Amino acid sequence: MSNYKSKELVSKLGPLFGLILLIIIVSILNPSFLSIANIFNVLRQVSISAIIAFGMTFVILTGGIDLSVGSTLALTGAIAASLLSSGMDPFLTMGIALIIGLILGTINGVIITKGKVAPFIATLATMTIYRGLTLVYTDGRPISDLGDHYSFQLFGKGYFLGFPVPVVTMVIAFIVLYFILQKTTFGRRVYAVGGNEEAAKLSGINADRVKIAVYAITGLLASLAALILTSRLNSAQPTAGESYELDAIAAVVLGGTSLNGGKGWIFGTLIGALIIGVLNNGMNLIGVSSFWQQVVKGIVILIAVLMDRKKTA
Amino acid sequence: MIQMSGITKAFSGNVVLDNVQFELANGEIHALMGENGAGKSTMMKILSGIYSKDAGEIKVDGQAVQFKTPKDAEKLGIIVIHQELNMLPDLTVAQNLFLGKELTYGKTGILKNRQMEKEASELLSKLGLDINPRTRTGDLSVGKQQIIEIAKAIASDAKYIVMDEPTAALTDREIETLFKTIHELKAKGISFVYISHRMEEIFAICDRITILRDGQYVGVRNIPETNFDEIVAMMVGRELGERFPERNCAIGDTKLEVRNLAVNGLFQDISFKVRKGEVLGVAGLMGAGRTEVAQTIFGYRKANKGEIFIDGQKVSVKSPIDAMKHGIGFVTEDRKTEGLVLDFSIKDNIALANLEKCSSSGIVKPEKENVMVAKYIEDLKIRTSGPNQSAKSLSGGNQQKVVIAKWLGTEPEILILDEPTRGVDIGAKKEIYQIINQLAQAGVAILMISSELPEVIGMADRVIVMQEGNLTGEVNKDNMTQEVIMQYATGGEKVVQL
Repeated sequence: MSNYKSKELVSKLGPLFGLILLIIIVSILNPSFLSIANIFNVLRQVSISAIIAFGMTFVILTGGIDLSVGSTLALTGAIAASLLSSGMDPFLTMGIALIIGLILGTINGVIITKGKVAPFIATLATMTIYRGLTLVYTDGRPISDLGDHYSFQLFGKGYFLGFPVPVVTMVIAFIVLYFILQKTTFGRRVYAVGGNEEAAKLSGINADRVKIAVYAITGLLASLAALILTSRLNSAQPTAGESYELDAIAAVVLGGTSLNGGKGWIFGTLIGALIIGVLNNGMNLIGVSSFWQQVVKGIVILIAVLMDRKKTA
Repeated sequence: MIQMSGITKAFSGNVVLDNVQFELANGEIHALMGENGAGKSTMMKILSGIYSKDAGEIKVDGQAVQFKTPKDAEKLGIIVIHQELNMLPDLTVAQNLFLGKELTYGKTGILKNRQMEKEASELLSKLGLDINPRTRTGDLSVGKQQIIEIAKAIASDAKYIVMDEPTAALTDREIETLFKTIHELKAKGISFVYISHRMEEIFAICDRITILRDGQYVGVRNIPETNFDEIVAMMVGRELGERFPERNCAIGDTKLEVRNLAVNGLFQDISFKVRKGEVLGVAGLMGAGRTEVAQTIFGYRKANKGEIFIDGQKVSVKSPIDAMKHGIGFVTEDRKTEGLVLDFSIKDNIALANLEKCSSSGIVKPEKENVMVAKYIEDLKIRTSGPNQSAKSLSGGNQQKVVIAKWLGTEPEILILDEPTRGVDIGAKKEIYQIINQLAQAGVAILMISSELPEVIGMADRVIVMQEGNLTGEVNKDNMTQEVIMQYATGGEKVVQL
């Protein structure tokens, strides 16, 4: 029994060992990786993709997928930017952007559950719709005149107790979401719906409501990421967040969560996002061409998944 | 003729077969029996080349053989038909029959469809099956698919066919056809290994019976020279006593009443009452609509018509959540697809229907879970290394107990049990019967759907019978016989006894 448990723990922590190994290799090849400035830089970049990937973890745990996160990010970012440039209070703006993200996610969930559309198809459609709406809304042009809102700029560029605010936001989001998944009845229902929807329903769980909630959470988190990105860049791009859904899915899978649903944890996703972040940054530092970077990233994802296969086989 | 002797097999140090022997003569139907975990499946997997043996010898027609892969066994005509059928539902019958060995024009890969269809229909009519080979396989009943599996085995020159619980999902009429087919093939010299928990069937069809217990060979008997009691005693290694334990309980007022319940296309005009402390059996053939009635009472299906009364009050049950609020529990038919989250631990599975009870303000309280789970593991004698063991790794009987525990946790006043002992070994069966008795004694109204007539007769106070969506009869304890129930279940026609 204890043997079984420790084995399970080792397999769960596999991605962490991978990350440590990666950090060691990168540091040897270029010691400047370990400078505080660079580490903060990596973490700042990771914070955006990790926050999106946290939401994706919920969705994938229920056996679904959300391709619309990048478009949700672009649309809510554009709306926030235009509200700010029209002089709206930054806190009110952020609140509105988050609510819109929540609504966009809820729409996904409703289409999937009430319309009985496969998550892949439903979110493929809304990915296009939300992106299109962003282009319509921005007329295809970036919104960059955001005005001088100190509190909003703090959100993407500031420091809290010496740590970059986006990193602090990511850590808080992680702790809250970890708690929800592992310690609440809602979290248990998420796993149950992904593990066996039929059994969950017959045990008195409202599976539709659980699913709508996970897409809503994902939309909310995508809009949170949008606020960080908009603040960091001090502008909103209509093409922002393109292919972010793929990075998010990659982070979730790297973290050991099963695409079939029901199995996985959000700590793995954090590690997965860090692996991708360190890999990107490391390859830049070492001077790998950006063309080769994509090849390497793909290979790393493949290796990770193949190793996972081996373990479970 | 196959002779297996001294077969030994261990998985990571765990001996699952210890010096086991088995013999299969030509043209023999040989039952392999034992409780879950006795080693039947492992034995057959070694015979069919899926597992390699650690020690021992397999002889086919007196020649010692070594199987490295299932292909090796197949070449000697040993074919296994698994419990889960290996049919691709979207292919036609002919396509399934020739799957992997399609007839082609030379090596071009171009299919000789007409010839395959012709051969398929010849083969099927030889087995007494009137099926168009172009039928989509998934449109056929499970029973017919089972016979197509046999046809597939025959098409590849099978001499020895291993069948694992072939009748678990068949109606009685389909079982008859299956047995007829088996008998005809037997006359042609084909041998069968027949794995089943259904004692009646084994005595009806088999010539010999080999019994395993805990990975050990217990003995072999000729069917005419043995009886139920001896076989059961050999299987469990102890006297089990009465198959159906006595129940002594006072039956109270009507707890659940269903009036004119109907779901379009599935069943109509179903009315019955269950009283406190009563076990109401629901008999009928597979597909008679019994499970659908249960699902509708539980709010998992929408009723088009009808009313449900609990304690004389009309209630509206629109979802399982409503049903649970009214004190209804539902031990579903198929524990793997409907009852359990297989990747969850025993604890998480039991807690699943009891999350409100095990939490406060939405936060799960592990102490509460642990207390509840420990109680049921003990009360129901669930054999496990601990509450964190995954449900997947439990035997069928223990999985079923976990599903029951999940519902006992909700403290139901009405409990629906759908095939509560299917695929469960005899020892665990009796324990489940005892649990049902305890619940009835505590005043729970119990609705027990079962396709095993001895079980219905042994356990129920009263039986209602369904046939093709209709309620065709009600039988009281006094005149409860298999014949009476089967007449109602089949619509009054004479039933051929097995």
